[in-house]
Amino acid sequence: MKMQVDDTMQRNNLVSREELQRQSEELLTALLQAIKKGNFDNVYTDDYAQVNDILSDISVMRARQGFSPRETNRFVLSLKQALCDVLEQEHAGTPEVLYKEILQVNSLLDNLSIIAFETYIKGREDVILRQSDEINEISTPVIRVWEGILALPIIGTLDSSRTQTVMENLLQEIVETGSSIAILDISGVPTVDSMVAQHLIKTVSATRLMGAECIISGIRPEIAQTIVHLGIDLSNIVTKATLASALQVAFARLNLQVRSIDRMAAPLLK
Amino acid sequence: MSNHTIPIVREQDFILIRSHIQELCAETGMNLINQTKLITAASELVRNILNYAKSGKVMMEIVSINARQGIKLTFTDEGPGIENLQAAMQDGYSTSSGMGLGLPGAKRLVSEFAIQSAPGKGTIVTLIHWKDGH
Repeated sequence: MKMQVDDTMQRNNLVSREELQRQSEELLTALLQAIKKGNFDNVYTDDYAQVNDILSDISVMRARQGFSPRETNRFVLSLKQALCDVLEQEHAGTPEVLYKEILQVNSLLDNLSIIAFETYIKGREDVILRQSDEINEISTPVIRVWEGILALPIIGTLDSSRTQTVMENLLQEIVETGSSIAILDISGVPTVDSMVAQHLIKTVSATRLMGAECIISGIRPEIAQTIVHLGIDLSNIVTKATLASALQVAFARLNLQVRSIDRMAAPLLK
Repeated sequence: MSNHTIPIVREQDFILIRSHIQELCAETGMNLINQTKLITAASELVRNILNYAKSGKVMMEIVSINARQGIKLTFTDEGPGIENLQAAMQDGYSTSSGMGLGLPGAKRLVSEFAIQSAPGKGTIVTLIHWKDGH
């Protein structure tokens, strides 16, 4: 058994990296301890707990580092060849024993490679999950367009958790800036169904409770038609087709005016 | 003809479904308004599945009758089913906190709509939207 381990270690060392050597040493020590207990069949028992832990750690780490699935699985499967080689030498004269041993090694390492693969995928999924959280966070900015006017461009699908973030950000910002008008721009929302509409209505109501007014802008023609067909009533909410016209409404409410400068009438600006 | 089945288990699955529907729309040359209507109807049904049945699946395909092309979506789930189908198809009826516009709204958005459901037997919703929107 000791020989096997030494040999496999050497094999893995062929890929000469210090980190890799440490990993395979760890794995092999644990594997050796597990094998000593004589359990070759069930890798889900306590005997293999340590092996599984080490394997999982390595796989998750590799998933994060961007290793390919092939590279990750090779790490386990390379053991197979090494073990088979050793067994072949040891049992050269007795093919029956050799066959049995190889079968055992085979199924053991197959199971281990399944574990490695499962955890590798889990590691990748964690990465994806974290990224989607990050996207959620960065895609709901609150912009101060003017003194007293906030704009919230919403981009992407508006689900319940997004709405919650949007609403929290908006209400917080209303308090901090003392704004009286908020513009929710939905040009970047691909689908407005009844749930999205309900979320929008809730956000508008919450804004009103804070004493501010809410305008929804960025309603595209196809969205307008869809909303009507769905039977959603947005009649008591101020809605505009573009952010520009929503801004105009906001300026009007604040008694502000945007106009082009007549250069003849204002010679001082020349 | 292309025929896809996508499982529905999370809110994010709708993104995949939407892009598949968009591909089918591009294949049939459906215009933006009809495309949006179909996608919105699909969104309502996906939400229903996630809300009530927790999981299900959708099959998407292009259908054509007499040189008329359209997209057919079949939503299947093995959830609790709908007890009062007639009420569920009425505006403003909801057994949860929703607006109660999902099913009737989806029906208004597409050309053809069929629903089969019984308590404990799950729900199958079939909708077809023809390219011309009628």
